[in-house]
Amino acid sequence: MAEEVKLMKGNEAIAHAAIRYGVDGYFGYPITPQSEILETLMAEMPWEKTGMVVLQAESEVAAINMVYGGAGTGKRVMTSSSSPGVSLKQEGISYLAGAELPCLVVNVMRGGPGLGTIQPSQADYFQTVKGGGHGDYRLITLAPSSVQEMADFVGLGFELAFKYSNPAIILADGIIGQMMEKVVLPPFHPRRTEEEIIAECPWAARGKTAGRKPNVITSLELDPAKMEENNIRFQAKYRKIEENEVRYEEFQCEDAEYLLIAFGSSARICQKVVENARAKGIKLGLLRPITLWPFPKKVIAAYADKVKGMLSVELNAGQMVEDVRLAVNGKVKVEHFGRLGGIVFTPDEVLEALKKNFEL
Amino acid sequence: MEVNEIIKPENLVYEKPRLMNENPMHYCPGCSHGVIHKLIAEVIAEMGMEDKTIGISPVGCAVFAYNYIDIDWIEAAHGRAPAIATAVKRLNPDKMVFTYQGDGDLAAIGTAETIHAANRGENIVIVFVNNAIYGMTGGQMAPTTLEGMPTATCPYGRNIALNGYPLKIGDLLAQLEGTCLVTRQSVQTAAAVRKAKKMLRKAFENSMAGKGTSIVEFVSTCSSGWKMTPEKANKWMEENMFPFYPLGDLKNKE
Repeated sequence: MAEEVKLMKGNEAIAHAAIRYGVDGYFGYPITPQSEILETLMAEMPWEKTGMVVLQAESEVAAINMVYGGAGTGKRVMTSSSSPGVSLKQEGISYLAGAELPCLVVNVMRGGPGLGTIQPSQADYFQTVKGGGHGDYRLITLAPSSVQEMADFVGLGFELAFKYSNPAIILADGIIGQMMEKVVLPPFHPRRTEEEIIAECPWAARGKTAGRKPNVITSLELDPAKMEENNIRFQAKYRKIEENEVRYEEFQCEDAEYLLIAFGSSARICQKVVENARAKGIKLGLLRPITLWPFPKKVIAAYADKVKGMLSVELNAGQMVEDVRLAVNGKVKVEHFGRLGGIVFTPDEVLEALKKNFEL
Repeated sequence: MEVNEIIKPENLVYEKPRLMNENPMHYCPGCSHGVIHKLIAEVIAEMGMEDKTIGISPVGCAVFAYNYIDIDWIEAAHGRAPAIATAVKRLNPDKMVFTYQGDGDLAAIGTAETIHAANRGENIVIVFVNNAIYGMTGGQMAPTTLEGMPTATCPYGRNIALNGYPLKIGDLLAQLEGTCLVTRQSVQTAAAVRKAKKMLRKAFENSMAGKGTSIVEFVSTCSSGWKMTPEKANKWMEENMFPFYPLGDLKNKE
């Protein structure tokens, strides 16, 4: 059977993928530029097809706590929002990480700070990969750069979240959310049965059956010695994720003398920059981190021995560039180029920045 | 007569509820939480629902409710219990779901979650313990603190000009179409305990019958926060709390 190719927005792809991956529940609150996720789900009425629950919450705070509740019962649950709304969700995200609950959060970023703008931005990099909420925790962070990846990462996000009992987040931006591209949606996966949920999540609060102790979902531990043990366990898990789950894509890196490092929509623009640079005789490559945490620091460190310079290209004032610099540890010059507040750079601007920074 | 001769089934007049475990309670002497916990444990057991019940515990004195009743629990962030309960019930409609919340949790930081869960008519039970003070953090002013009542953050008594009025959130919730039962109870006498248990059972039955949100408010004491003996606290509650928060059903849809 030929693949069914559809044309749709990134936000719509997330909604359709959620239904097809057998997600049990989505809880959201409208905010531009990601409202199509909730709108598409409501229009599709998946509760009649797969039994998936879709609910418009009274706030982003309520929505993430609904996710916390659903995840606490072992269900596959998700929420989505855009930057100001994701700030509101940070409390819940910290509790989810502290209680080691699997779930999927989607942030279709817009420009900030504050109410900012509804135009695309990548300025929530720090918030997502460095914490955001309180406490020492990490989010498995996936950065899609196409509508296809918006759909695919719903499946991947849940797979990793359940594998490690940890929240995962899709860090997209207004461009990926709003642009239309062709996409092949995943086949329909049935939602898990009660028995499958209990087998996969023996810790879940689903009603205490005879013969087992009560299951309690909590992030609270007043005994500091035990709380330190919990934190050590979290850190060991994070090291395992860093070891096993790094994902990235290389574009014309083999003979590259200079490297662009970019994620999400910036990486799409940077593909064009690489083509234009090579047409002018500059040996330029692109390394696209797909997981922003865990960050592909080993591969970037390896390129530090091969290239003459790296330019971190981001729709922000210089956030990922700090992780690139940590990875290369001073071995090679690393610079940043970005536009702010919802302005998107052109390929020419990026190439000019490269030439200027490295005197080409 | 030896003790062992007395302990026989035919002599049984009272026993600890089956779902209450042996963990020593952290509650202060005279606190209402212990009795309310006991009633919840009894009702769940009598309904035969312990394998289908999920409790949502709050932030506040009852944060450790999960240490005392042997059912599955989810511990909530401050005020968010009704949002959590909403998802637990919607995703698991065959389960019996309740929140257990104090006045600060339910009527201050969690007001939005409380009102919207109730307005959607979520099929959950909200157990609301109103002792007009923040117990866990050391006796600060609550949204339900009475006018003139001293607390750590209104040491000269609640001043309406400064702090606003005590919030009758039960009355507010009774106005919402989504609620089927809003009742105000207490547990300071044997008769009050019996009556409260009856209403609690009704609330849990409503949730399984899909009738909407049931709220059981317990007007309660906080001997430590009020800085009174348990006996004096009960008297003070009857004289000061009951006139402002009168007991009885605010709404009871059949």
